Amino acid sequence: MAFKGAIEVDTQKCKGCSVCIANCPTGSIKLSDMVNSKGYHYAEMTGEGCIGCSNCAVVCPDSVITVYRVKI
Amino acid sequence: MTGHKQMKDMSISIEEIKKPENRIYGKPSLLTDNVMHYCPGCSHGTVHKLVAEVIEEMGIQDKTVGICPVGCSVFAYNYIDIDWQEAAHGRAPALATATKRLCPDKYVFTYQGDGDLASIGTAEIIHACGRGENIVVIFINNGIYGMTGGQMAPTTLIGMKTSTTPYGRDPKLNGFPLVIADMIAHLDGTAYITRQSVHTAPAARKAKNAIRKAFEYSQKGIGLSFVEIVSTCNSGWKLTPVDANKWMVENMFKKYPIGDIKDILK
Repeated sequence: MAFKGAIEVDTQKCKGCSVCIANCPTGSIKLSDMVNSKGYHYAEMTGEGCIGCSNCAVVCPDSVITVYRVKI
Repeated sequence: MTGHKQMKDMSISIEEIKKPENRIYGKPSLLTDNVMHYCPGCSHGTVHKLVAEVIEEMGIQDKTVGICPVGCSVFAYNYIDIDWQEAAHGRAPALATATKRLCPDKYVFTYQGDGDLASIGTAEIIHACGRGENIVVIFINNGIYGMTGGQMAPTTLIGMKTSTTPYGRDPKLNGFPLVIADMIAHLDGTAYITRQSVHTAPAARKAKNAIRKAFEYSQKGIGLSFVEIVSTCNSGWKLTPVDANKWMVENMFKKYPIGDIKDILK
């Protein structure tokens, strides 16, 4: 059984600390080239590798990540 | 599953995954929508979330009273939707003692940093442990005074540079770090003492279990529960959040090893 996941980032609240990136086992998060209204490069999902493990959301200090997952 | 079906399912789009029924993790509803004032990557935010999750899962929102400290987490009452009281600097265990004795059915916890608990509030925490108050103490130990500009704290490591020890902490001049959790483990009034961290997802999940256990113990009337979270202060340490986590693992964990220190029910 495999899982496929996706994350949604509250871009206005994200402070771009990158702790989620360091904790992602599949390298599916990167900092955006864009900035939010506070000037932070916010986190965003990249590629199709997300498995919905929630590690990024658990360590997110500002709780801006919502995780979705489906069985495939 | 046939190869054909697998091919079909593998092509599921990101938009199709992002449906409410597929949501498995997100911000706990007890956390308010206020943007936290903490620096990017600060461990305080993660611990706030864990506390909110524990209170939500135990269903004790109406029965929980938090005591705010003085320090970076002085505004904790803005972020978790429960009853709070604000204590004078270091006096959170004293206020928690009064709250718990007057309202014994409430879950009472203090949330304190190392400047608050280990320095100005040393007397309060030690005597609260000595009396065996049935409260939870959540202790954020990052070895520095974060709010006031990164000065040396009692928990600062030997050789660690802060704004008041620019050449590193020198034991001849500044003394040795206080290891509060080990100190209070010798007191009979403490029931559960543990040291955790939140730098990785597994560590954060363990810390959450420890916080939940501490809340459960506080209603058993067996003494004080103490959860120390070894944390980072990337602004005070002058490191990026990710480098601060690495520095913590390499240096802080030697002096403050992770794990349970005391559990009288084991």
